This record gives sequence, structure tokens and C-alpha cells, in this order.
Amino acid sequence: MKAMRLIAALAASAALALGASGASSEPYNDGQSASYYEVLKGKRVAFVPLSMGFDLTEGWNAGLQNQAEALGYTVDIRDPNWNVEAAVQAVNGFIADKPDVLILHPLDQQAYNRLVPKAQSEGIKVIQINLKSITNGDAYVGADWYEMGYKQAEEIVRACGKDSGNNGKIAIVTGQASTPTIVIGNMAFDDVFAQHPEIEVVAKQSADFDPAKAKSVTSTILKQNPDLCGILGVWDGQDQGTAAAVREAGMQDQVYVVSSGGGNKAAACDNVESGDFDAYYSYDVPGQARDLNAAVKILLQQTDMEPGAAPFALYTPLKLITKDNLSPTSCWTLEELQVSGG
Amino acid sequence: MVVDKLNQERIVLLTAIVLFVFFSITLNGFIDPGNLLSLVQNVSILGILGVGMALAIIGRGIDLSILSTMPVSAAWMLNLINDGMPIWLALACALAFVVLVGIVNGVLIAYVEVPAIFATLAMGIVVYGIGKAWLVPIDSVYIRGGESWFYAIGTGRILGVPTPVIVFAGVALLAWLFLRYLKPGRFIYGIGDNPLAARITGMPVRPMIVLQYILISIIALVAGIVTATALSGINTRVALSTMVYDVILVVVLGGIGLSGGKGGIRNVIVGTLLIGILLNGMTIMNLSYTVQNILKSVILLAAIVVDTLLNPRDEQTAQHGDI
Repeated sequence: MKAMRLIAALAASAALALGASGASSEPYNDGQSASYYEVLKGKRVAFVPLSMGFDLTEGWNAGLQNQAEALGYTVDIRDPNWNVEAAVQAVNGFIADKPDVLILHPLDQQAYNRLVPKAQSEGIKVIQINLKSITNGDAYVGADWYEMGYKQAEEIVRACGKDSGNNGKIAIVTGQASTPTIVIGNMAFDDVFAQHPEIEVVAKQSADFDPAKAKSVTSTILKQNPDLCGILGVWDGQDQGTAAAVREAGMQDQVYVVSSGGGNKAAACDNVESGDFDAYYSYDVPGQARDLNAAVKILLQQTDMEPGAAPFALYTPLKLITKDNLSPTSCWTLEELQVSGG
Repeated sequence: MVVDKLNQERIVLLTAIVLFVFFSITLNGFIDPGNLLSLVQNVSILGILGVGMALAIIGRGIDLSILSTMPVSAAWMLNLINDGMPIWLALACALAFVVLVGIVNGVLIAYVEVPAIFATLAMGIVVYGIGKAWLVPIDSVYIRGGESWFYAIGTGRILGVPTPVIVFAGVALLAWLFLRYLKPGRFIYGIGDNPLAARITGMPVRPMIVLQYILISIIALVAGIVTATALSGINTRVALSTMVYDVILVVVLGGIGLSGGKGGIRNVIVGTLLIGILLNGMTIMNLSYTVQNILKSVILLAAIVVDTLLNPRDEQTAQHGDI
């Protein structure tokens, strides 16, 4: 019996010792994971969006915050609310704070031209998201706007061009003329239509990114061109108005509406499902959030590299959404991204 | 004297008629009834807001917050509906919100005696800010379907006439009846013409100003509902746009002097129609956005210059508070 007790006591103390050592032992390190967690902890990331409160920036931010929380770094935001001057101020403020990485979402191509090198000279690595200044930072994450324009134009050629049996008459309802995405997209439109002389652009009007203007303009264009085959839009928020005019004119079966945007469910998939948009090119915000986090984490880990030493780009793969390929995962909602995005 | 009768309203009406005839002759499809209806429809929201702005300007005020109240109240209402609230209840909430905005505007102007232009400029920013912070966190709000008559407000047709045009006509008619036949309406003219004299003669000047801004806010909500249902959604970013100047343009172009006490709803209709004809014609001509803006402003400038030449300001007509 004594021997049995001794064995039990020994076993118990061994188990205790094992347990105790288990609690204080390091987590498994595969050779990289420990330094990964170590280096990311306590880092500071700063983000100046165009404005918060709209689907793209809220989506990216949801992804950024999830990873930051999980890995112990911070992402601070200053919201300039669509105002370039306020944005420049916010960027300058952040540069003075010296975060490790600065994420910019520039409203135009010029405003941040001096700020990007300035930040880099202060040792801050710069990421530009979905829109870029003329000066490249350390990373660009976002759509290739030329590719976006090209694919949209090809889609409308497919629907209205030579092989479609349709008359090739299309209209372009474009956005604010000076915006880089519009300027670059227009170049792509021109390049595609140069190869397709059967496409006739009967009207090209700007709606200034305003759905109400888009609706007015489109309703007039439709009255003028009752045989219109397709409309090329540039951004879902505005194209909503274009589609409303087509619906009101009862021409949804005849007019092929091509739109694009971040793939938010209410703005994209719901409209594809209802037939308001016939084709939608998405730059897939959840994917961009993932890419953005990747860029952030890469730059945070490259501690011994100077800003600007190894710039890279992650162009977003574009996703075509039509009624035929629509699935529950084609689009995203902010609630989903807030739970598990990035 | 023919020249005496050529006030700004007539000049603008004349310009509108000339343009109308010119476009009818030169542009294919302009005179088509379908196009004319859509012409009016496309400016009906501008017109509705114009009626609200006219109420302010006739009373020697101005309401720059109207373009914040419109999208924020309508977008909040859609948010409430999308979260499962019955339409009537959401409408009541939105109505309460705009009435509150109107009361704050009115109290600031009438009792605190802040000039209307500053009070409403600030309130516009406050309303947009409250909207962005609490009521409408994501700026685009979409209608999630549903088969209520409510959604037909912006898209339906009655006897072939698009409902936004009917709403515009209704708002204009009510405002006209109010200004013409109701005591508060007559008071607004009196207050606009000479607030001090109005007070001395016993008009309840301050409560009238509060009432005036409540009405304007309600009209903004109506415009918001029409916009939202017409576009199956609304974006609060319109508050940051320059549309408020278009609204003032319609009112001033129609001949309602910024010095108050003059003009009526007819002026708003004339101004709105001129803008509608211009926009429609220029879109048919496929002019670029920039050129359209230039032409629009040149015509506005011309109308004002002609008015100034024909009806020069002097010590008698100029008033304290002229902008």
C-alpha cells in the first residue's frame, strides 16, 4: 500500500510539475512566428481616408482594425470628410507623430505629391490604397483603373458590339471629369472603342458622381436614343441613378448597364439581382482589406529597410458579377467584414 | 411703358420661351411630350427645394441648411425602415427630426437674432454632422425593396404624369395658398418687406419666423423622400455638394429678390423651368459638363444684369440686410 501511495504521490507531483511547466512554456515557434508577433506588437499605423462613412473606407478599416487588434498594433484614423485641405493637414499631423506606416487614400493625384516623400524622409513607410498620387510610396494596394476601364468597355462591346447582333449604340455616363480614375478610365474606353468602330458613343455626359444628376442625364439620353443598346457607368453610387432612369423608361431588357465599384451587397449584388445592373466589375473590398493588411504587415516587419527601398504594388484582381454568376459570396456587407474581415 | 413691366420674372420667362422655341426647332425630339415631361421631372426636386428656399427669402431670410436636412432626414428614415420599423413610424421620426431642425433654425434667427445666413450655415453643418455621427453612419442608404405605395412616390405615374412632378405641383400649390390666403403667409411678406414695421403693427414676428423655418424643413423632407424613392436610395454626401446654390439660383433667377418681401411661387416655377429647359437642351446637344456649367452661369448673370439695368437699385428700394 505504501508503495502504491508513493507512486500516486509521485505521479501527482509529476503531473503538477508538467502542468506548471506547460503554463509557463513558450508557445510553439516555427522559426518565424515568434518574431512575427514580437515585431508587430506595439507598432503604430495611421490612416487618412478620403472620408469615413462610406462603404469602401469602412470596409478597409474593419479589416485593418481586426488584424491590429489580433496582433497588438494600432491603426489610427483622421477623417478629412472629403476635404483635401483637411486631408493634407491630417497627413502632416500624422507625419509629426511618426507612425511606422502611413496609409493614404488620396482624393486627387497632386495633393499628396510632396507629403509622400516627406513622410518617407521621416522614416515613415507609405501605402496608398485604391487611388494614388503621382509619387509612389512604398506600396500601392488597389485597382488598376486602366484595367477597370478596359474591362468595362470590353463588357459593353460584348453586349452591343459586332458579334452581339445589336446596333452598337452606347452612352457613357461618367463622373467628375478631373478625377484620376475617370481620366484613366476614359483612356481605356477610347482604346477599346478604337478597336471596335461599330461602337457608336451617342452621348457622353458627366453626372458628377451624383445619382440624381445621373438619372436626369440618362432619362434625357434615353428619350433621344430610344434604340440605345448599352450604358457605361463608372461607379455604383452614381450608376444607381442611371439604372433608375432605365427602369423608369421600361428599357431594362434593351439597355445593358455596366457598372463598377467595391462590391458592397446593397450597391452591387442587390442591383445585379434586380436587373438594374447587367454587369458589375468589383474591386472586392474584402480582398483589398486582406491585401492592405498584407502590405501593412510586410512593411512593419521590414524594420531594417529604409522607406522607399523596395516599393511594391498589389493590384486588385477584378471580379465580374452578373446575374449568371451571382452567388451569396459575390458581395460583402460591412457587418460581415467587421466580424471577420481582413 | 413696356420696359417698366419687364421685371426679372418676365425676363426669365421670356428667356425660357425663347430657349424653348429655339430648342424645339433645332433639337430633334426636344418637343416630344415624353421629353417635356422628363424635363420637368428632372428639375422637380430642385423645384420643391426652391419653394422652400422661396419661403425663406420672401421673409428676408435664407436657409442654407436645407441641403443637409433633406438627405439626412430621408436617409435616417430609410435606415429606420431597413432596420424593421414600420414606414409610418419612421416617417414620424423623420418629421420630428426636421421639425426640430426648423425650430432650432427659427429660434436662432428670431430670438437669438443670428443672421439667417450664418444660423442656417452652421445648422447645416450640425445636421450633417449629427447625421454622420449617429443617424446615418454609412453615407449611401439603399431602399431594400418592399411593395409599399411609399416607394412609388418617386417612380410612379398618375395619368401619365411622373409623381415627382405631381409632388412638385402639390408643394407649389400649398405654398402658394399659404402665402396668398393664410394670415401667416401674408405676415411673411410683411416681415420680409420691413421687419421693424411688421413688429410695430403687431405682427407676431418671432413666432412667424420659427414657423417659416419649420415649414422649410418639412419641405426639405418631402424633397428627400422624393429623391430617395426616385433613386431607390439616397446619399448624404449631397450635403457637401454645391446644390444649395442651384436652389438659390432657381429662386433668384425667377425674380424673388434677396432683400425679401417680393415675389411668389410663380417665380420659382419660372426659374425652375428655365433651368430645366437649359439642362435638357444642353444634354441633348451632348455638351460637356463644364460647358453646361459655364452656359448656366452666363445665363444667370445675364438675367441679373438685365434686371439691374431695368430695375436699378436706389436708396428707396435698397434695404438694410441686402446681400
